[in-house]
Amino acid sequence: MIELRNISKSFNGKKVLNDISVSFERGKTNLIIGASGSGKSVLTKCTVGLIEPDEGEVLYDGVNFTKMTVDERKEVRTEIGMLFQGGALFDSQTVEENVKFPLLMHSKMSKEEMDERVNFCLDRVNLTGVNDRYPAEISGGMQKRVGIARAIALKPKYLFCDEPNSGLDPKTSILIDDLIKEITEEYQITTIVVTHDMNSVLQIGEKILFIHEGNNYWEGDKVSILETEKKELQDLVFASDLMRKLKKVKK
Amino acid sequence: MLMARVFQKPSKASLYRKQIIYEIDSLGLGSFGIITIISVFMGAVITLQTASNIDSALIPAYTVGYTARQSIILEFSPTIIALILAGKVGSNIASEIGTMRVSEQIDALEIMGINSASYIIVPKIIAAIFINPFLVVWSMFIGIFGGYVVAFLSGVVSTTDYIYGIQYDFDSFGIYYALIKTVFFAFIITAIPSYYGYYVKGGALEVGAASTKGVVSSSIVILIVNYVLTQILLI
Repeated sequence: MIELRNISKSFNGKKVLNDISVSFERGKTNLIIGASGSGKSVLTKCTVGLIEPDEGEVLYDGVNFTKMTVDERKEVRTEIGMLFQGGALFDSQTVEENVKFPLLMHSKMSKEEMDERVNFCLDRVNLTGVNDRYPAEISGGMQKRVGIARAIALKPKYLFCDEPNSGLDPKTSILIDDLIKEITEEYQITTIVVTHDMNSVLQIGEKILFIHEGNNYWEGDKVSILETEKKELQDLVFASDLMRKLKKVKK
Repeated sequence: MLMARVFQKPSKASLYRKQIIYEIDSLGLGSFGIITIISVFMGAVITLQTASNIDSALIPAYTVGYTARQSIILEFSPTIIALILAGKVGSNIASEIGTMRVSEQIDALEIMGINSASYIIVPKIIAAIFINPFLVVWSMFIGIFGGYVVAFLSGVVSTTDYIYGIQYDFDSFGIYYALIKTVFFAFIITAIPSYYGYYVKGGALEVGAASTKGVVSSSIVILIVNYVLTQILLI
């Protein structure tokens, strides 16, 4: 479980996050949604320590991450996997080397065990026969899947996904969403997905946090979000024509 | 602050060794061709210019070879090659690290609990400090060879006089002086562009700007350090 307590962050005097408290549960896909510039990426970066919050605390299974030293944080970070928006794969390394990289850095596995683990992770994200290709030689959807394989290589307890579907076609997006949900349940990971893709919200949103202008504006799940009366949330959820029609049908 | 992070104890030395070998190939051996071409032509031009400026019968012909050797060993090979590498290698380093920053590859390293500054920058600095002296010594040989070729082809000075000139009053300290400068320049060529690349914010435009700043700054610092080291070592 990850708990955020009273997180605030300002940049150049402008408050981006305002006193956000929320908890994300283990074994569930927890979604952070909000319009562009609402502060959801900053909140995620504060959670993993890439940005230091001005106020508040982040607790990983009750352990205060915010107060840890750099070395102590390194220990926690070996339990964190992260899928970045653009994949963030290392250009100079092949797919196999990318997935193997965290194992080389942090595990004491033999070469054979590492190869086995790499192939297992690639199989798990339905990628075979691409081990020797470079990131530039595979599609965006495949890059995302390699990113997931790399993120789960060290069997993380916490998985962060920053807009996993951006730039992907709807069919591939569904595959990625399903994969994230399956992995979360299978390995009982605390997963946090930052998104504004409503398909993801309706498909995997077991817990949803809606951020509006840096505030924790609403919490719920994929069922309750369709019944919300909050105008700002309605504007986001029913922004597309399809969702408005769905709402009419539901009524 | 960046250098303090860079020179922290590495988390896995074996991976650093692999990276150092990769960087030696990328930064050092990749510059071999351009250094060879520039050196041979510069040696040839120095020889021609020196010969064309000596019109007194009192100055012996071997002075051409002597002057070419001194110019190449003391200044051309260590300093001009360093400036050329600052452009070629420096822009490569700043844009590579800058792209890693904007494409979140550096964030990915941090999330994995890896000291990204150390992992990315240390192998480049060590590789350059190791390989650049070899490049500079090669440049010295090729530059002097370029002078010999032009002496043979143009006849501005006889090859016998040229060879006598390059051996005349040779002091090996000149080589040490050049290599000491090269080690300092290798650090400058890698560390300054790394700094600009590492702290890039934005996108492609900012990466390009960081690359330019890295090259300009490292070139200026090379010239200043060249002056200071010359003052300390030769005067």
